[in-house]
Amino acid sequence: MRTVKFLLQKEFRQIFRNRAILALIIVMPVMQLIILPLAADYEVKNINLSVVDHDHSPYAQQLVAKITASGYFRLQGYHASFKEAYRLIEQDKADLVLEIPRGFERDLIRNGHQQLFIAVNAINGTKAGLGSAYLSSILRDYNDGIRMEWIAPTRFRPAATIEVIPANRFNPLLNYQFFMVPGILAILLTMVGGFLSALNIVKEKEIGTIEQINVTPIKKHHFILGKLIPFWVLGNVVFTVGLLVSWVIYGIFPQGSIPAMYGFISIYLLAVLGFGLLISTYTDTQQQAMFIMFFFMMIFILMGGLFTSIDSMPPWAKAVSRLNPVSYLVEVMRMIVLKGSGWADVFPHLGAMLGFAVVLNGWAILNYRKKS
Amino acid sequence: MVSLKNITKTYNHGTVKAVDDVSFSVEKGELFGLIGPDGAGKSSIFRMLATLLIPDKGSATVAGHDIVNDYKLIRSKVGYMPGRFSLYPDLSIEENLDFFATVFNTTVKENYHLIEDIYVQIAPFHKRRAGRLSGGMKQKLALCCALIHKPTVLFLDEPTTGVDPVSRREFWEMLKRLRQQGITILVSTPYMDEASLCDRIALIQHGRILSIDTPQGIAAAYPNSLYAVKATDMPRLIHVLSTYYPHMHSYLFGEVIHLDARGMGGYNLPDELTQFLTAEGFADIEVKPIAPTIEDCFINMLVRHDT
Repeated sequence: MRTVKFLLQKEFRQIFRNRAILALIIVMPVMQLIILPLAADYEVKNINLSVVDHDHSPYAQQLVAKITASGYFRLQGYHASFKEAYRLIEQDKADLVLEIPRGFERDLIRNGHQQLFIAVNAINGTKAGLGSAYLSSILRDYNDGIRMEWIAPTRFRPAATIEVIPANRFNPLLNYQFFMVPGILAILLTMVGGFLSALNIVKEKEIGTIEQINVTPIKKHHFILGKLIPFWVLGNVVFTVGLLVSWVIYGIFPQGSIPAMYGFISIYLLAVLGFGLLISTYTDTQQQAMFIMFFFMMIFILMGGLFTSIDSMPPWAKAVSRLNPVSYLVEVMRMIVLKGSGWADVFPHLGAMLGFAVVLNGWAILNYRKKS
Repeated sequence: MVSLKNITKTYNHGTVKAVDDVSFSVEKGELFGLIGPDGAGKSSIFRMLATLLIPDKGSATVAGHDIVNDYKLIRSKVGYMPGRFSLYPDLSIEENLDFFATVFNTTVKENYHLIEDIYVQIAPFHKRRAGRLSGGMKQKLALCCALIHKPTVLFLDEPTTGVDPVSRREFWEMLKRLRQQGITILVSTPYMDEASLCDRIALIQHGRILSIDTPQGIAAAYPNSLYAVKATDMPRLIHVLSTYYPHMHSYLFGEVIHLDARGMGGYNLPDELTQFLTAEGFADIEVKPIAPTIEDCFINMLVRHDT
């Protein structure tokens, strides 16, 4: 244990001398948490709409006014023909074309129904899908409005209608940031833990100090512990800083058990640090370690359930994501921060993470050789 | 103290033979030099003895312990200084020394007498980071770190490479003092002039030992007479010598040409050569017999080895 103490002393000295890393550890979470949730947003706004109005009736104008008033659409302009509007789509200036046929108002009043034509630029799938959905719902709303005008309310409703009113639990206002911030915090923690630990041992290989360490009686597990503990502490610091930032800036405070959260983070950090160590035992230069780490980080992040829901992935991808430690952390973060979960709820996740930690660290220790 | 028996080490799945059937032994308190050019296999031998590499074939012991089976016992008894500076550049002199003392379960104070002579030279800079030291100071610090746990055997892999001549001489003075304290030292160097400072040396080339003896013994075993030749127009001289005396090996050595008079016993070479060179139009001709240095011996062995 005395040896570990001296190793730790040395490790912390080196970390505190490396100003760039230290600044990064504090500045990175703050900057990312401030910028990313504001920019990375699923809500689609500013959909460019071009209208081809063949009718020019008050009803048609009312409809367009209602659409633009929703705030999601930006009126690109009125065009004389669909062909003209389509050119705008080709030039990427319009996302949606709404064509109002001649006699829209007249036929609507006379026949009771009328058809509209919507053309969508589907190059940006999300924007197209959400845009046409928004537009359809505005049209439905408009339709209901017209019916209300015509059909005099009677005592007995002519037809029963089912009205669905959703209640959003845990995030009543569907605030996007509530969803995003815990996820970004999870990614940050993974990056800091994984990269720092992987690069640290490889650096000792690169500058040759590992040779000098290897001829000393330091035991393998002492050396690895000496590397794990400092970054474990740093990870907790980064996490706490991130939690404070999200509380101060976004007003997000964990609804659930904070000890359970730190309990999970402790185990999670062990797993991620173990992963970093494992990579460092397979690589000889910092460059190699960096690229391999990046490869895994991309997969971890994209398949971690931060941006896309794991539940909607194909079965094989779902199976793969169970091997992704980040997916557990993202889930636990959202459970504790938004849902108010406690120890009992995160217990299965904790068990899985303990498994990751044991396997990854065990593998790293076995693969770290003091001689070749 | 150190003994190697038929040690062989290959790299890249046997395609590169770094150490080829090497056997030698070093006595207690001896200053033993491994002399050879870059790539001769010196570092591989050191790494095997320091328990960082496992030999493919053969066996070796250090301080009575087998390098493969008892490597843990060896690690606390040897001091190893790799060819490349490998201390923490972001820790100061003091911190590096403290660190290596503590990982060997000792303190700087306890073994200060061992390093005192060396440490006082770098002590004024004890707060300076190791990465910002000059080459000579780095070597002194590395030696201190290798000595701080009071090893019985010291492995120094090219400790003077890249160090200025004054620091090199100082360094060898320190090694001599350490030997007086009973520490066995195995040192490697590509510099032939350092060879004569060792008790015994092994000349090594392409992973094979060419000769093992005292420096005097190796010089005395030089098989032929050796002459130093000097004249005006040295570039033409070396060309003329190698053309007209192809069986005698001649090579530039500092400001003179060394001529190995192989098979010229009982023959008055200086007079012959002076006459010949005068006829060739050289002036200020000087031909005199000289005592071979270790470098001459090494060159001679390489030439014989190659032909």
